[in-house]
Amino acid sequence: MEDFLYVGKDVPRTAEINKVTGRAVYIDELKRPGMLYGKILYSRYAHARIKSINTEKAKKLPGVKAVITGYDIPDVRVGFMEDQTVLKRDVVRQYRDEVAAVAATSREIAEEALDLIEVEYEELPAIFDPVEAMKPGAPLIHELDGHGRPVKSNVLPLRWTLNVGDVEKARRESAYVVKDSLTTPWINQCCLGTSGCVAEFDSVNNLTFYSQTNVIFGAKQRISRYFAKIGLKDKKIRVINPIVAGSFGTKLDTDIYEFICIQLALKTRRPVKIQFTREEEFRTLPPRQTTRFEIEQGCDKNGMLTFRKAEAILDNGAYTSWGATTPSVMMMPISSLYRVPNVYFNAVCVYTNNIYSQAMRGYGNPQASFAVEVSMDHLAEEAGIDAAEFRMKNRNRPGEVTPMGLKITTCPLDRCITTVKEKIGWDQKRGKKNGRGVGMASLIHVAGGARVYLSDGTGIRIKVDENGHVDVLSGSTDQGQGSQTVLAQIIAETIGFRPEDINIIFGDTALGLWDAGTHASRHTFIAGNAAIRAGEKVKRQILELAVEYVPKLLKSDFRKQKKKDPDFHEPELDFTLIDNPEKLDIKDRMIFAKKAPENPNFRIDVARVLNRALNVGNGESKTVMAEVFWDPPTQMLNSEMKGNWSCTYAFGTTGAEVEVDTETGEVKILKLVAAHDVGRAMNPTLVKGQIYGAAYIGVGFALTEKLQVVEGRVMNPNLRDYKVLTALDDIPVEAVIVEDPDPMGPYGAKGIGEPGLVPTAPAIANAIYDAIGIRFTDLPITPEKVLAAIRAKKQENQQRDA
Amino acid sequence: MKREIAFTLNNEEIAVEVEPNWTLLYLLREVLEMTGAKEGCGVGECGACTVIVDGNAISSCLYPVMEVEGKNVTTIEGLSKEDGTLHPLQQSFIENNGVQCGYCTSGMIMSAKALLDKNPDPTENDIRVSIAGNICRCTGYVQIVESIRKAAEKMKNT
Ligand code: FES
Ligand code: FES
Repeated sequence: MEDFLYVGKDVPRTAEINKVTGRAVYIDELKRPGMLYGKILYSRYAHARIKSINTEKAKKLPGVKAVITGYDIPDVRVGFMEDQTVLKRDVVRQYRDEVAAVAATSREIAEEALDLIEVEYEELPAIFDPVEAMKPGAPLIHELDGHGRPVKSNVLPLRWTLNVGDVEKARRESAYVVKDSLTTPWINQCCLGTSGCVAEFDSVNNLTFYSQTNVIFGAKQRISRYFAKIGLKDKKIRVINPIVAGSFGTKLDTDIYEFICIQLALKTRRPVKIQFTREEEFRTLPPRQTTRFEIEQGCDKNGMLTFRKAEAILDNGAYTSWGATTPSVMMMPISSLYRVPNVYFNAVCVYTNNIYSQAMRGYGNPQASFAVEVSMDHLAEEAGIDAAEFRMKNRNRPGEVTPMGLKITTCPLDRCITTVKEKIGWDQKRGKKNGRGVGMASLIHVAGGARVYLSDGTGIRIKVDENGHVDVLSGSTDQGQGSQTVLAQIIAETIGFRPEDINIIFGDTALGLWDAGTHASRHTFIAGNAAIRAGEKVKRQILELAVEYVPKLLKSDFRKQKKKDPDFHEPELDFTLIDNPEKLDIKDRMIFAKKAPENPNFRIDVARVLNRALNVGNGESKTVMAEVFWDPPTQMLNSEMKGNWSCTYAFGTTGAEVEVDTETGEVKILKLVAAHDVGRAMNPTLVKGQIYGAAYIGVGFALTEKLQVVEGRVMNPNLRDYKVLTALDDIPVEAVIVEDPDPMGPYGAKGIGEPGLVPTAPAIANAIYDAIGIRFTDLPITPEKVLAAIRAKKQENQQRDA
Repeated sequence: MKREIAFTLNNEEIAVEVEPNWTLLYLLREVLEMTGAKEGCGVGECGACTVIVDGNAISSCLYPVMEVEGKNVTTIEGLSKEDGTLHPLQQSFIENNGVQCGYCTSGMIMSAKALLDKNPDPTENDIRVSIAGNICRCTGYVQIVESIRKAAEKMKNT
């Protein structure tokens, strides 16, 4: 193990001290002088024609500064498929459709004004089931596409097909084949802080936009495209992140409320804030969409996988956001989790009159891995092989290229599986079917960036001031994962400073260099790589200045001492020890000579050198600053959906032990072991925090969480009825860090933001099967479903026995 | 009609004009411009707004402002010492990664403080019960419980 000073250490999150003193400013606390409050009026129908909108009464309410409808703003389209407008004026296609908006001097007045807006609708037939919506002749949600061309079907024109080898032939030749259908529900990401933004124009219409986006440059780009369409081309746009209260996918796209906020600010010439209520957050924030999977896979008589075929239908809702691209990530476990030579995958996203969808932590991987891993257990049983053994046989290995073209570099999946087996007591507990059971599931995920845009790069600027303090301007963002700390550790290690010398500034398009976004578990890997490169440059600059100024500083020190003390004898120093940057190094911000590290004369605080270099007085002063833009050497997926889109991939295995109460249907998790390949853990405590947090969301996905969407309407828009786990759901979870430093990773690190969530639900479902012999394929596995299934099974048994 | 109420806020006597229909959270955030208590739901379901009133952790978004008359209110802003030294709970949350996005943190710490003030030696279950009303979406509670447990230990030993 290499010796690091800060990398791999549990450096505390002191950079975020304001979060424990109540001084952290999130969007909800952000106020600008003269700021107004915006509120949005949503549709009353899932599908209707708007006959009329009357805003006269609302406009007259004292305190109201603007009321806008689709008729007051340019009728232009936004969104990645350009399939919606900011305010809808002809047709509403979902309950969350924005029909009008108000800006007023207080939230209360804005709310009151909404009640005064009169909208007349004519209800249209609506369609809520994607399977129905796919049928020929189904009413069309959109008659025209984003370019005004007629639309023929509710299926989005996005092709998500991967076809490698010969699945049909492989199926014929397989010794065992299983087929399963699985469904996953609508999930609200449930960030603890609700969505909000502040838009502020200057007097010539340059915009400062305070947004919680985790893709600041993407947001800027989308707003600038919008600006080009509404006559504000070339206006300057600055996107700034306040402290962000959770993200989990919700902040990938620029949401409609953000465009509305911009319009209100433009109209009123004042800063405007929109801040959602929790109910709005539930009713209008694009959730993770429902998915139906049909999955089939087979193996030969030795238990080696022969093929895997999966088809998915995703409910897109009424419009399109990034959720529609999650099949690209679903493809990853389907093609590349375990070695499988023949693969077919096809996914369709279908328009319905449901709330439009977005991605969530894992980006399709949790849903697809649920399908793959439940089916893996099924197949193992069919083939008469122990499910852990089956996974071991088919595990991925370093050096392989998967059917999707992913190049696996490091891969300790074998260690993840064996660790889980051991810690969960697999051999002693598996296969008892006595109400208690164990199960496992694994994952593969991008862990070295993800080239989903043409650039997967990030920029870092590092400047060191004359006090020896380092400001790092990063183009990326932090949503709470602890990047300030981890990036500071990486930079401290690289330049020889202490983490507390380093101040990381995220989330400002005016200060940072371009970044593709803090998504896809990419931040530590990509920003870390950029930071190391920039850090090395900065260090070189410091050492060059040291060569120039350390002798001068020493000589002036000696002169001063002599003045004070005439008996002082200047020590004999060998200045050749420090006459070249190569001969110097820095540790804890102190410069020293490599050959004489203990020589106190040559130990000088960087701050002194930099101060001296700045204050030269002859027109040759210098400061220390470097910037690096790093774009990893990866590929975008090609038209066949193949390509090595990440520098490296993370693996992991989760094991679950459950007890099923056959009286109440309740599933109790006795133990969860999450063993994750993290390359090298930069900060084990923070890494575990990511694993725990993700695993908990995974347990919610497995057992409790479901946004009830009935005929397009969210029926449980509150934290009482939408069941996120609380501290009382005491789940003994053990996070195991499996290290195998990645050659491309910064100090060996891989991304770990999303993986913890991915295998949790299938591990639990498989454990439940092991406990009671019932395979649940529809999430969440609620007590009602468990009881119903137990009853159905009993009946079946009785009928059979009779 | 505004009415004046007087109460103790973070060890300071204050008198302030309020509308009787305000909540304590509204007074804290909107009028006194304190940023510590957060609003995660506004309807008593998330715990982000938790403050301590006369020793009990309460959801300030539900607490009628008129009821604080004469009472003793502590918010997260009142926890660290004047010289900036953190309360052991605050310190422990930083050290043990009890904080991620931080939006639940003020409320978590206040719930935990109310517990430790009454019960300096809580079991893990006591801790979990004390924060049962505080939702955290980031941490899975594991390191929050650990932060509280370790703070309790430290406080006992000093
Ligand atoms: S804001 Fe008070 S409980 Fe959620
Ligand atoms: S730290 Fe984000 S909600 Fe608890």
